[in-house]
Amino acid sequence: MKRIIRAVGAGMLALGVLGTAGVAGIGTARAAEKVTLGVAIPTADHGFTGGIVWWANKAKADLEKMHPDLKVIVKTAAGSPEQANQLQDLVTVNKINALVIFPFESASLTQPVAQVKKKGIYVTVVDRGLTDKSAQDAYVAGDNTAFGRIPAEYLAKALDGKGDIVALRGIPTTLDNERWAAFTGVLKAYPNIKILDAKYANWNRDDAFKVMQDYLTRFKHIDAVWAADDDMAVGVIKAIDQARRSDIKIVFGGAGSKGMVKNVMDGAPLIKADVSYSPKFIYDAIKLTAEARLKGEKLPATTIIPSVLITKENAQQFYFPDSPF
Amino acid sequence: MRPAPTEAVQSGRALRFAHRLYALGPLAGLIALCIVGTLLNRDFATLDNMMNVLTRTSFIGIIAVGMTFVIISGGIDLSVGSMAALIAGSMIWLMNALAAGLGGHTFAPLAIVTLGIVFALLLGGLFGCAHGLLITKGRIEPFIVTLGTLGIFRAVLTWLADGGALTLDNSLSDLYGPVYYASLFGVPVPIWVFLVVAAGGALILNRTAFGRHVQAIGSNEQVARYAAIRVDTVKIVTYVLLGICVGVATVLYVPRLGSATPTTGLLWELEAIASVVVGGTALKGGEGRVVGTVIGAVLLSVIANILNLTSIISVYLNAAVQGVVIIFVAFVQRGRR
Repeated sequence: MKRIIRAVGAGMLALGVLGTAGVAGIGTARAAEKVTLGVAIPTADHGFTGGIVWWANKAKADLEKMHPDLKVIVKTAAGSPEQANQLQDLVTVNKINALVIFPFESASLTQPVAQVKKKGIYVTVVDRGLTDKSAQDAYVAGDNTAFGRIPAEYLAKALDGKGDIVALRGIPTTLDNERWAAFTGVLKAYPNIKILDAKYANWNRDDAFKVMQDYLTRFKHIDAVWAADDDMAVGVIKAIDQARRSDIKIVFGGAGSKGMVKNVMDGAPLIKADVSYSPKFIYDAIKLTAEARLKGEKLPATTIIPSVLITKENAQQFYFPDSPF
Repeated sequence: MRPAPTEAVQSGRALRFAHRLYALGPLAGLIALCIVGTLLNRDFATLDNMMNVLTRTSFIGIIAVGMTFVIISGGIDLSVGSMAALIAGSMIWLMNALAAGLGGHTFAPLAIVTLGIVFALLLGGLFGCAHGLLITKGRIEPFIVTLGTLGIFRAVLTWLADGGALTLDNSLSDLYGPVYYASLFGVPVPIWVFLVVAAGGALILNRTAFGRHVQAIGSNEQVARYAAIRVDTVKIVTYVLLGICVGVATVLYVPRLGSATPTTGLLWELEAIASVVVGGTALKGGEGRVVGTVIGAVLLSVIANILNLTSIISVYLNAAVQGVVIIFVAFVQRGRR
C-alpha cells in the first residue's frame, strides 16, 4: 500500500516538475518551435472510451490555453481503417509534427503508425501497444497486471483467505487475458478461495446483469464478485438486489468510474474498494508529449501510469464529477 | 397468397397438415432445449430461473412482435436497438429535467414517470412514422433507411450522454423500479406486458383486415395494389407499430438499470430479426406467425441461460453454440419455403 502511494506521489511530483519546466521554457521565449499535435483516439462507444474522448478534449483546452505555440487536433475513429485514414489526413492536411495515438487495434495500426514516424513525426502510443516497438518513440499505458492483481489481493485479504468467488470477464482480448492471468495468479496462493466460474459479459451493464442473475440461480453461496469493470459492477449490483441475496459481501469493479468511486466514498454496502485505470492517462500522455516536444525533448521509452487501490480514504482524489465516466 | 397448387383439394389438406407440423419445429426445439437444460443443471427448471429468463426475453420479444409485422409486409428494420437506446436516453434526460423543475414549476414524481412513459411511446411511434414515410413516399429501400437511422440514433444518444451513461435520478428510480421488478400474481410485470403485446399482435395479424393486408403486401405488392389495398398506409402503420413496440420495450428496460449507455440495445436488431425468422416467418415476407416469434425469442434467451448455468464448454465457444442451435431450428422447419 505504502509503496503504491509513494509511486503515485513520485508520478505527480514528476508531472509537476515537467509542468513548471514547460512553462519556464516558454517564459524564456527562445523562439520556441511550434508544435502541432495530432491526437487519434477511438470514438466514445462505451463508458471508458467516453472518458478517453472527454479527457483528450480537456487536455486540448487546458494545454492550448497554457502554451500559445501549441495546437492540438483531436480525431475520433469508429474502426481501424478509419483511424488509419485519419493518420494520413493528420500528416498531409494538418501537417502535424507530433502524434499521440490510442490505437484501435494493435496489429492493424502498426504499419500506418510506422509510416507516420518515418516522416519524422514524434509518436507516442497509448494503452494498446503496437506489435513493432520501433514504430513508436514513446509508450504510455495503464497497468493491466495491477488491474487484476490488486482486486485479487484485496479480496483474499477481505475474505481471510477463504471463500467462493464468481468473476466476470470483458471481451476476449489480450488486455482481458492479462488482467485475468494476474487475478488468478494471485489467488493460486490461496487454496481455500474457489473461483466458481468466469463468463464474458462484454464490459456491458446489461450482459453483466444477465450473467449475474444466472450465477445467483446456479450458486447458492457466493462470498464475493470480481466484476472486473465498473460498468459491469452496476449490472451485478442490480441483479443481487433483485434476488435479495445477503451472502455476497463484496463486489469489486475496476477502472474508477465516478459512480463507483462515489459509492466507495459514501461507504456503499457492497462496493468497498475499486482499482484505478482511469481514462485520464490520455490526458497525461498528451500533456507529457506536448510539453516535451515544446522543449525539443524526448519522453522515456515507456511510462506506466500505476493502477492504485481506491478505498474510502483516498477516493476523493479519484473523483471527477464532470467527467462522463 | 402464393400460387395455388394444381393438385386436388385432398393434397391441399395434406399440405396444410404438413405446414402445421413444420410450425411445431421451433416449439419442439424449445422443449428439447429445456430438457437438455434440466439434465445439465437442476436449477434450470426452477420457477425463479424461468421467470428470470422470460423477464429478460420480454424486451426482445416485444420488439420482435412488431418486427414480425414489418418482415411479413416485406420490410426490415435494422435500427430497433439504437432506437431503444435513444428512446431510453431521451426519456431519462426528460425525466431528470422535469425532476429538477422546469421554469419554476415542480412536478410530482408520479406525474414525471407517467410523462416519461408517454414520451417514450410517442417518440417510438414518431421514429416509426419517419421510417415508414421515407420508405414509402421517399422510395428508399428499408434496409438503407434503417441502416442510416441505426447510426443516427446511436450517435445522438452517445452525444447526449457525452459518451458516458445517462442515469435516472435516484428518487425517480425508486418509484419507477417496480415496473421492471414487481410481480403481479407471482409473475413479473414485463412478462405480463409481453403476453399482452403478443396476444394483441396475434389478434391483429390473424383476425383483422389490416393483418390480412400486411400479409397480402408481403406476398405480392403489385397484386395488393391492384386489389385496392392502400399499400403505403399499411406499410407506414407497420413501422409505427414497431416503433411503439420499441417504446414499450424501452419503458420496461429503463427501470432495470436506471441508465442508458452507448451499449444499450446493442445488437437487439439481430436478436429480434433472428427471433422472427427462427419462429418461422419468411424473411422475404408474405407469411408468418406471432406465436412462432414469441417461441423464437424465448428459445434464443434459453440458449444463453443454459450456457451461463453450465461450464461444460469453453466460454470462447458460447456464440458458436448459439449459432448451431439457430441453424438447426431453421433446418427443422425448412420445408415451409
